[in-house]
Amino acid sequence: MKKWLLNWRLFSLFSVIALLLAGCGKPFLSTLQPAGEVADMQYSLMLLSTAIMVLVIIVVTIIFVYVVIRFRQRKGEEKKIPKQVEGSHKLEIIWTVIPILLLIILAVPTVSATFKLADVKPMNKEKRDKNIVVVNVRANLYWWEFEYPDYGIITSQDLVVPTNERVYFNLKASDVKHSFWIPAVGGKMDTNVENKNQFWLEFDQKATDEAGGIFYGKCAELCGPSHALMDFKVKPLPREEFDQWVEKMKNAKPVVTDSVAKEGEAIFNKSCIGCHAVSPVDNRPEQARTAPNLANFGDRTRIAGVLEHNEENLKKWLKDPDSVKPGNKMTGTYGNLTDEQINALTKYLMSLKVE
Amino acid sequence: MSTLARKKGVGAVIWDYLTTVDHKKIAILYLIAGGFFFLIGGLEALFIRIQLAKPNNDFLVGGLYNQVLTMHGTTMIFLAAMPLVFAMMNAVVPIQIGARDVAFPFLNALGFWLFFFGGVFLNLSWFLGGAPDAGWTSYASLSLESPGHGIDFYVLGLQISGFGTLMGGINFLVTIINMRAPGMTYMRMPMFTWATFVTSALILFAFPPLTVGLIFMMMDRLFGGNFYNPAGGGNTIIWEHLFWIFGHPEVYILVLPAFGIFSEIFATFSKKRLFGYSSMVFATVLIGFLGFMVWAHHMFTVGMGPIANAIFAVATMAIAVPTGIKIFNWLFTMWGGNIRFTTPMLYAVAFIPSFVMGGVTGVMNAAAAADYQYHDSYFVVAHFHYVIVGGVVFALLAGAHYWWPKMFGKMLNETLGKITFWLFFIGFHLTFFIQHFLGLMGMPRRVFTYLPGQGLETGNLISTVGAFFMAAATIVLLVNVVITTAKGQKAEADAWGDGRTLEWAVASPPPEYNFAQTPLVRGLDALWIEKMEGKKGLTPAEPLGDIHMPNPSILPFIISLGLFIAAFGFMYHNEYSWGLFVGIGGLLITLGSMFLRSVIDDHGFHIHKEEVLEAEKGVKA
Repeated sequence: MKKWLLNWRLFSLFSVIALLLAGCGKPFLSTLQPAGEVADMQYSLMLLSTAIMVLVIIVVTIIFVYVVIRFRQRKGEEKKIPKQVEGSHKLEIIWTVIPILLLIILAVPTVSATFKLADVKPMNKEKRDKNIVVVNVRANLYWWEFEYPDYGIITSQDLVVPTNERVYFNLKASDVKHSFWIPAVGGKMDTNVENKNQFWLEFDQKATDEAGGIFYGKCAELCGPSHALMDFKVKPLPREEFDQWVEKMKNAKPVVTDSVAKEGEAIFNKSCIGCHAVSPVDNRPEQARTAPNLANFGDRTRIAGVLEHNEENLKKWLKDPDSVKPGNKMTGTYGNLTDEQINALTKYLMSLKVE
Repeated sequence: MSTLARKKGVGAVIWDYLTTVDHKKIAILYLIAGGFFFLIGGLEALFIRIQLAKPNNDFLVGGLYNQVLTMHGTTMIFLAAMPLVFAMMNAVVPIQIGARDVAFPFLNALGFWLFFFGGVFLNLSWFLGGAPDAGWTSYASLSLESPGHGIDFYVLGLQISGFGTLMGGINFLVTIINMRAPGMTYMRMPMFTWATFVTSALILFAFPPLTVGLIFMMMDRLFGGNFYNPAGGGNTIIWEHLFWIFGHPEVYILVLPAFGIFSEIFATFSKKRLFGYSSMVFATVLIGFLGFMVWAHHMFTVGMGPIANAIFAVATMAIAVPTGIKIFNWLFTMWGGNIRFTTPMLYAVAFIPSFVMGGVTGVMNAAAAADYQYHDSYFVVAHFHYVIVGGVVFALLAGAHYWWPKMFGKMLNETLGKITFWLFFIGFHLTFFIQHFLGLMGMPRRVFTYLPGQGLETGNLISTVGAFFMAAATIVLLVNVVITTAKGQKAEADAWGDGRTLEWAVASPPPEYNFAQTPLVRGLDALWIEKMEGKKGLTPAEPLGDIHMPNPSILPFIISLGLFIAAFGFMYHNEYSWGLFVGIGGLLITLGSMFLRSVIDDHGFHIHKEEVLEAEKGVKA
């Protein structure tokens, strides 16, 4: 009997571990494969708390299984009346004090990590170190804008950051509340409508390589019909490459050579330019920037944040945006385009490259 | 005039229930209405799981999915769990303390009808332009942006049913303080009564913040207010605070009665008194108290700063201690007992590991820095379903099986009951266990779909399969109810044979007046004490006499109906000119009925001694 119990416990322990190992998710998305200082800190806190909690579960399970098997009513004992026990002070003290100790073990690193993660002093110094990268994140109904105030450039949907250093973020929303989350790199922070939140993340180069150079970002606060599709991507680059990218962005201008693309440009300048900018240097106030900046659209990884990046999907998106992202703000703002116009526009947009 | 033991037509029965102020009949009303909404909420849950069964599914897309998820949460919390808890409290608590009814029977009926009309109002949104779609939390920026009237249905419906809940809470507080039988001291009250007492206190303090929040939102949406509009100097975070100052205690409002139900069941079917009764009472009060100190752990990612986050993290962890005390006391109630595995006991036993899972993930969530990862992910979805289904729903199912004979006079079929249990238990763990991992693997909550290739397919499919097990369990339960109603085995007063508390001393179902003579309570588990001394019944504390009863009244129904009509009027007053008139007309109906209630003298009636003797003889024979 006892042996059977022991085997059963070992078996379940192994199956849980197996599940954990097999179910760690994808390296570009999973919090269980941390890819930076913040995620690491959070992951170790998860492990610590899980360990303590598994300990608690094991103790409860042992008593539970023993009680349920040992004290079940047996045949012929229906009339037996057990001793009526009032309680036990000793036991009460034991199961009050031990949990308190366990919680203290968890509380100390929790408090310490909470303060470390909130340390945004370097970005708020009077004279900020120019090497520190600060990104202003602005969340909008189903798309993300990333502004680099120190470099005067703006991009959207694909966040580009340097690896192996702390990157600081200002977070806000321009319509309803969203939440900025890159699961593999660190926990989320809400983008509120009335104030600016700040936090930092660090992107590990090695983990980036393992994840294929790109991390997935998500909106983590219900924000409307297409909340599920409000994805963005993160491209961490080594610092040198990041600096080169910034330089290219600063000087980027649409260069259109193809004749079809030229047609597209004409259509764009008539129907789209009111909302979408095609230069990373966009001096309009943020209230005027009501749609994603498309300066490096050709370099992006996804159409509308979710579809694979190819011409076919771009046409689909331009033809009927609502079929891709229900409730998006682009639907119905540019009239009906003919297939030819959409072809031209597609050519033009795909030619918008910085790299 | 007495209505005892008389056959009545359908119309008369309906009129009887529309006008009743009897806590036992109100319990049945709560059970039926709550059960009905539970089925609706369950269907909505199934739709959610069907949509998420595979990536890029198109069963329920975008805005419609948001409506379903919002209504699932709102319905389950406000219109299913709350009324079902009230059903148990109404059916049992007055009898457990040896009272003939609650302190304010009229108010009790009013509470029910307010809840009912609020719930009906909220669900009518499906047919009138769309349901609310901002989640059950209805965060202000999104809910203010939401087009149509969905959110207005949410605001007004919850406001009306919230009044009902608040009245119910006050009623039980007064009942438990004032109406206990002689000898029923506080420390002799059954654990379920204690839980009801603390829960009622929580309702008293938790619902007003919700009411305030809802009024602000109503002003913003319908009357041009700016409480939550940043452009007008408002602030959306205020809603989050108000909502969670209510919302977190709400969890304990639901789960403390669940603890109470399980405490009764553990003691009964282990044939032992509750282990560590006084520390159980202490733990219940402490959980209730701490429940108000931790609301901001729902807002760790809002940007409150590390000091607030750290304080709320540690406060939240502290709740684990009294909860742990309870778990171990239940285990040691069973220790050395003679455990009978009836259907209610199966739920109680299964509750321990299930709820411990929900509890430990709660502590994990409390670790603020790590919560930045869990927050608004499926990890949290798994956590609170473990707490609310593994705790509250298990308890409601257990309580329904346990007290069914007391409420209806017939035993539910045990075989079907056990089939229900196993299907539900398996389905529950299948659905929700895997969701912990989905969350950790990066799946945010409240998403209507996910893309292939993100490692989320298998987990979601397993979860959907589990949901169908729970649906099957519910169908078996319904079949059981129908069969039992048609030809169930009649229940005795002490239906399970091991009853310990006063409700098992009166007939099943109890007579209108509960106790022919108010009993004298001589200790904890009053009935058990008498039984152990070889006595058949309770020791009476008064001679047999005429029993004073309250008159039935249709006014609670009409007062609630007035508010229901008024809500429609005010909701449409911006578009239609009739709106304002209908709104004011509805309020006049309500105020007029309240006026009538104040001026009409109602002295109740007496059930005469001879009639009581007659009725009691019928039971004994």
